[in-house]
Amino acid sequence: MLQDILAHLKEPVVLTGLAQVGAAAVLAGLVVLLSRRRGLRLETELSVAFLRGFLQIVAVGVVIGVLLTVPVWWSGLILLGMMGGATWISRQRGAGVPGVTTVSFVAIAVGAGLVIVTMTWARAIEPTVRSLVPVGSLVIANAMKINGLALNRLKDELRDKRAEIEVGLSLGGPPGAVLARHLRTSVQASLIPVIDSLKSLGWVWIPGIMAGMILGGENPIYAALYQFVIMAMIFAAGGLTSIIASLLVRRHVITRAEQLRRIPDGETEEGR
Amino acid sequence: MTRLATRGLGRTVNGQMLVQEVTIEVQEEEVFVVFGPSGSGKTSLLRLLNRLDEPTSGTVLLDGTDYRDIEPRMLRRRVGWVPQAPTLIDGTVAENVAWGPTLREEPVDTDRLDALLDRLGLSGFAEREADRLSGGEAQRVAIARTLFNDPDVILLDEPASSLDTEAARRVEDLLRAAMADLSLTAVLVTHDASRARRLGHRGVRLEDGRVVRGGSVAEVVA
Repeated sequence: MLQDILAHLKEPVVLTGLAQVGAAAVLAGLVVLLSRRRGLRLETELSVAFLRGFLQIVAVGVVIGVLLTVPVWWSGLILLGMMGGATWISRQRGAGVPGVTTVSFVAIAVGAGLVIVTMTWARAIEPTVRSLVPVGSLVIANAMKINGLALNRLKDELRDKRAEIEVGLSLGGPPGAVLARHLRTSVQASLIPVIDSLKSLGWVWIPGIMAGMILGGENPIYAALYQFVIMAMIFAAGGLTSIIASLLVRRHVITRAEQLRRIPDGETEEGR
Repeated sequence: MTRLATRGLGRTVNGQMLVQEVTIEVQEEEVFVVFGPSGSGKTSLLRLLNRLDEPTSGTVLLDGTDYRDIEPRMLRRRVGWVPQAPTLIDGTVAENVAWGPTLREEPVDTDRLDALLDRLGLSGFAEREADRLSGGEAQRVAIARTLFNDPDVILLDEPASSLDTEAARRVEDLLRAAMADLSLTAVLVTHDASRARRLGHRGVRLEDGRVVRGGSVAEVVA
């Protein structure tokens, strides 16, 4: 494995890349210089950010270099680990929502997992580590963002609309019906960024994969089609994740006696 | 006949006793007052009566049946709740009043709805948007919403406390007439001695979540 990494590092293209980094560093240095001349006091922050970004991205390159040498079944483990990381980050957005960790993991694993498996079966994702890991991570990362947005919005709804929800329950309403409009609001809010991305695709922004494929000499029309496939995967995984999360949360926020559980750090019962 | 009774009812949250050992009996067609200062546990007690919160000790009997043996949705239909703030949903007055049956996907009796609006001084309000109502009108819609569910007992949490004197008196008068006409049993939470005297028959005085006095309203508010 180490030999593989060393072999990657010795390739002439890496030296070319380092030269290009040098040119980019000169431009970044110019910004640092201007910052000092103009008294912006950003020199240290800019220099640290530039160096840190360089080291991080090279580290990622090395990791991917290692990943390219492992058998394909490793992809499943790697993606599962990514889902675990995504769960960890998502749960912070929904902190206080009952069952947030289980909800996040199941929603991301099912939402993103279903899309990755289906698209691999349909050959839109090659069944290789080189393809599965980067495309899968893209899908998981977006599912994570959408899950976080959904949970965050839902947490606000459950806090802000607590009185309304309790009136619905006190009228003998089934919890599913009482919570429906609040779950719908959170799903809608979570999908706004991805819907906007789809609307603006191509004429406001050209996404990275398409740009990369065109720069790599790929047919632009195929690059566009593949980019759309990626966007559709992100949309599908996000939508599934958000809907699954909202359905699962419903079970956790309502007790067996059909009472609404309290979200910590919100209203307290003291003194009523 | 006793409609609603509690037996050693209590609720403790994070070590703080909100309601302690409350035992009361509410007779059919009476207005039972729970009187006490702010923070005495009145609302906490009321929320236990229709099981919006879970008791940590004791229980509630509805017509002699332990309420834990009654399906929560049925319990809440039979023990209606009017919160302190009207808390109306977006939509018309009619949609708000019919919210209970709508949630349960039951047909809405529009004639009964109109009659109820008339009874609460809201004739012609059915199609009016709820967010354009005055405080007094909104509170009357909230009362109509609970009454439209046809409850056996109605829980009133300071129903006119946020209104000006004139609006509060109008709500009180309409509420008293509606309760008499519909032969309703009610539990009224209030910190206002005059309101307790005007509306109530019997009651208890609550301090620190505990009943410190019980009897006629005059005795309780004295």
